[in-house]
Amino acid sequence: MEHYLSLFIRSIFVENLALAFFLGMCTFLAVSKKIETALGLGIAVILVQAITVPTNNLIYQYLLKEGALSWAGLPDVDLSFLGLISYIGVIAAMVQIIEMAMDKYVPALYNALGIFLPLITVNCAILGGTLFMVERDYNLAESAVYGVGSGFGWALAITAIAGIREKLKYSDVPDGLQGLGITFITAGLMALGFMAFSGIQL
Amino acid sequence: MASQAKTNVIDPLIDNNPITLQVLGICSALAVTTNMTAALIMCIALTTVAAFSGAIISMIRHHIPSSIRIIVQMTVIASLVIIVDQILKAYAYEASKQLSVFVGLIITNCIVLGRAEAYAMKNSPGMSFLDGLGNGLGYSVVLLVVAFFRELLGAGKLFGQTIIPVANEGGWYMPNGLMLLPPSAFFIIGLMIWAIRTWKPRQVEAPDYQIHQVHRTEVL
Repeated sequence: MEHYLSLFIRSIFVENLALAFFLGMCTFLAVSKKIETALGLGIAVILVQAITVPTNNLIYQYLLKEGALSWAGLPDVDLSFLGLISYIGVIAAMVQIIEMAMDKYVPALYNALGIFLPLITVNCAILGGTLFMVERDYNLAESAVYGVGSGFGWALAITAIAGIREKLKYSDVPDGLQGLGITFITAGLMALGFMAFSGIQL
Repeated sequence: MASQAKTNVIDPLIDNNPITLQVLGICSALAVTTNMTAALIMCIALTTVAAFSGAIISMIRHHIPSSIRIIVQMTVIASLVIIVDQILKAYAYEASKQLSVFVGLIITNCIVLGRAEAYAMKNSPGMSFLDGLGNGLGYSVVLLVVAFFRELLGAGKLFGQTIIPVANEGGWYMPNGLMLLPPSAFFIIGLMIWAIRTWKPRQVEAPDYQIHQVHRTEVL
């Protein structure tokens, strides 16, 4: 239990996808002008991450990994080179399914997240989470924890930067830094803040 | 036609740069720039994928049903990335280890998908190839500039060769450790955007909120 808890905390703060690995930066900078939209996108990322990372883990463990097909009588097959295309296929399909399921069962949430869900397919944080899971060879339980944790960390980061940007709107920024430039500098300062967690051993 | 081809390649370098103006493909720009070698390999990989995916998607653009076009584009891009990844693993294993997940993340690099969607779906294969090439090069320019500063100031080296002798090896330069850490990439790109926009004021964004200008006559 303690192992999972420390993995969870580590994936939120120490190995924050947005501020320590720069994943999902495009959406991080583009959709962080308002807190509400940022929060909506953050929730969508947590949801998708919590579902796709364990699913991809199953695919990796039972289909693609070297020797993974031994249950089908093929112990020598190594399909790991097909990894990238399968993961992105799973992510695209999952996003589509979640979108349809939400439209049917929770229309209120669907309307709130509507435009962000398709965007998530091309969010590098999602694919990045899966690739880190493969690289670190997590098992199913660990990957479920890691999925939720890393999604939560990303949501935290985008909500925080949206809050800062809402305040920043009223400050007098030099012309050339207006908009994108100052956002980069802000994100840099936030990354510095998150580095304070980096020495923590859990 | 020739001038169109030239615009496609030259324009994204500064005037319409994918990173500093279109806000695309930032993730890897920040993550792989701690040294020039990794950045250069990443640039070559991304430019190749962007150029060829543009050409291939443009060739089949009349046969893609628009409802599933994203998945089709993803499949084309993912296949190209797998080829690049396998080549890197075969001939540059050390570099591919260092780039770790970021080669795979070319799939979700918004430059590739963005140009496929915005340009290759509407234009001929040759032009799309050049457009992908131009945007790949625009990305490369930013990446190499950032990597240049980070490696030079952070470790006193370029491409792993010592340029400035650092203090703990008997030289005079005290390396700036911050340059090797994540936040410095944000600062360097932020400052680069500032420099480019001061040079080309047309790219400056309008402020969301104008601070009220107090005129001297109002105070009196």
